[in-house]
Amino acid sequence: MSVLAPALNVPPPSARRWRFHRIAPLFKRAIGPLVLLAIWEAASRTGVLPDRILAAPSQIFVTLWELIVSGEIGSNVLVSLQRVATGLAVSLTLGTALALIAGLTRQGEVAVDSTMQMARTLPFLGLVPLFILWFGIGEFTKIALIAFATTFPMYLTLYSGIRGIDSKLVEAARLFGLSYPQLIVHVILPGALPSFLVGLRYSLGVSWLSLVAVEQINATAGLGYLINNARDFMRTDVIVVCLLVYSLLGLATDLLVRAIEHYALAWRPTFIKD
Amino acid sequence: MQTIQLDLPGVKARSEGSRDSAAPVQPVQLAPARPGSPVQARQLTKRFGDNTILDQLDLDIRAGEFVALLGRSGSGKTTLLRALAGLDRITSGTLDVPQARAAVFQEPRLMPWKRAWRNVTLGLDIDQPRDRARQALAEVGLAHRENAWPATLSGGEAQRVALARALVREPKLLLLDEPFAALDALTRIRMHQLILALWREHRPSVLLVTHDVDEAVLLADRVLVLEQGRIVSDITITQPRPRSAERPEFQRVRAQLLQLLGVEIEAVAEPAAPAPSPVHTPFNFSNFSI
Repeated sequence: MSVLAPALNVPPPSARRWRFHRIAPLFKRAIGPLVLLAIWEAASRTGVLPDRILAAPSQIFVTLWELIVSGEIGSNVLVSLQRVATGLAVSLTLGTALALIAGLTRQGEVAVDSTMQMARTLPFLGLVPLFILWFGIGEFTKIALIAFATTFPMYLTLYSGIRGIDSKLVEAARLFGLSYPQLIVHVILPGALPSFLVGLRYSLGVSWLSLVAVEQINATAGLGYLINNARDFMRTDVIVVCLLVYSLLGLATDLLVRAIEHYALAWRPTFIKD
Repeated sequence: MQTIQLDLPGVKARSEGSRDSAAPVQPVQLAPARPGSPVQARQLTKRFGDNTILDQLDLDIRAGEFVALLGRSGSGKTTLLRALAGLDRITSGTLDVPQARAAVFQEPRLMPWKRAWRNVTLGLDIDQPRDRARQALAEVGLAHRENAWPATLSGGEAQRVALARALVREPKLLLLDEPFAALDALTRIRMHQLILALWREHRPSVLLVTHDVDEAVLLADRVLVLEQGRIVSDITITQPRPRSAERPEFQRVRAQLLQLLGVEIEAVAEPAAPAPSPVHTPFNFSNFSI
């Protein structure tokens, strides 16, 4: 508060105390991580923690700054984002179609569900060499692997969402003259959406993870390429920077799904504000 | 007007104004029909496995008639209503119902993801759906709630939206499946008044399935009693509305119906046994409340 301000404008002590109480816990919570960082930095400086094991926090921040300024991070993240977006577009289409087939018809369930339940347990990493043999080492294999890994969460959650819809609502909709396509659009898909969004969240997470494996394959750009390259040169600072970027992407993904939920699930009691 | 497809064996939807006599799937002896009755069931039978739920039932509901259907649990009330709604296939017999039908169930069955007005016009292909929905909601006194999510509506409000959704379709036959059973007593009284007012206004034929004898006597022109899949009693109530439960005629019909349903009035009038003290009630989750 400025000394020149009239005494009357000084906020009452209660307001000041209130503000302090709001900020104080944040400081308290930051103490633990800060102490950890300090110990880490000290260990690096004294040589207890060598660079090839883990770079010092100060070094990591310098590297982060360099990678941002040089545009290396930005361009690589962009390449990865494109791959993820394409892969997710494929898995979204595939997962939704298969879930509708399995969820809406008895024959579809017999034909699709057991196959999907088997395929979802296949280790994704084990398929990498096969996909390379089948599809080569180009862009197609990378996107196909991302699509493969992300189809299952979408399929499983949408399928169970469709099966979980209150049959009384379906009955009412039929009685009120909804055609089959209308039933899907107005009743079945909105009803399965809460469950599906859980799958979407999971798929987005899986898509970032799959990058690390996928971008080992003859890649010249991408976040996974950056991290693999850094491993080859034992650049632990770059690896940690990449991990930081991953966590930020995870955060961004979460915000995105939250935004979708807020809009699309506005009807749910937890989102209703009156 | 949206219509419900009746592709069920033995069920024939009659279009407006045409009294065609298309042969039923199974030839049955037709009882003398009351000409013009929008609802005609002949020898209506519904079996689930070996259980016969509806047993060669005959039923006529005249245009604009308010019929209440009483019966004990398992007597086939709901099965009959579902057959009339076209929700269940019938096993044999013929069923002749108007295409313009609507129903209100015990639960409102609103789509939680659609605002009140969108629930009202659900599945309707009409011009200015919002105006029509608003009009229908105004009729049930909920014009101010047109944008509400179903989760924010009270039980009575939700049931009124369900009623608006049924009425906006201008049904010739309105099916009510215990629509007031889940409401509190005060809301139920208001709903009774509302349903009578709307019935007078729109004049659909009404079939009200209920297990509340008073409700049936209060509202209906005719009260049917269903037992083991057959209509065992058909009582016409001539008292003018509004009816009062205090009137001796009301009491007489009520006693008659209760007897038909196997309830002795004397037994009902006896004081109930005192409830066990809560102290001695063993704990279980059904009586545990926070």
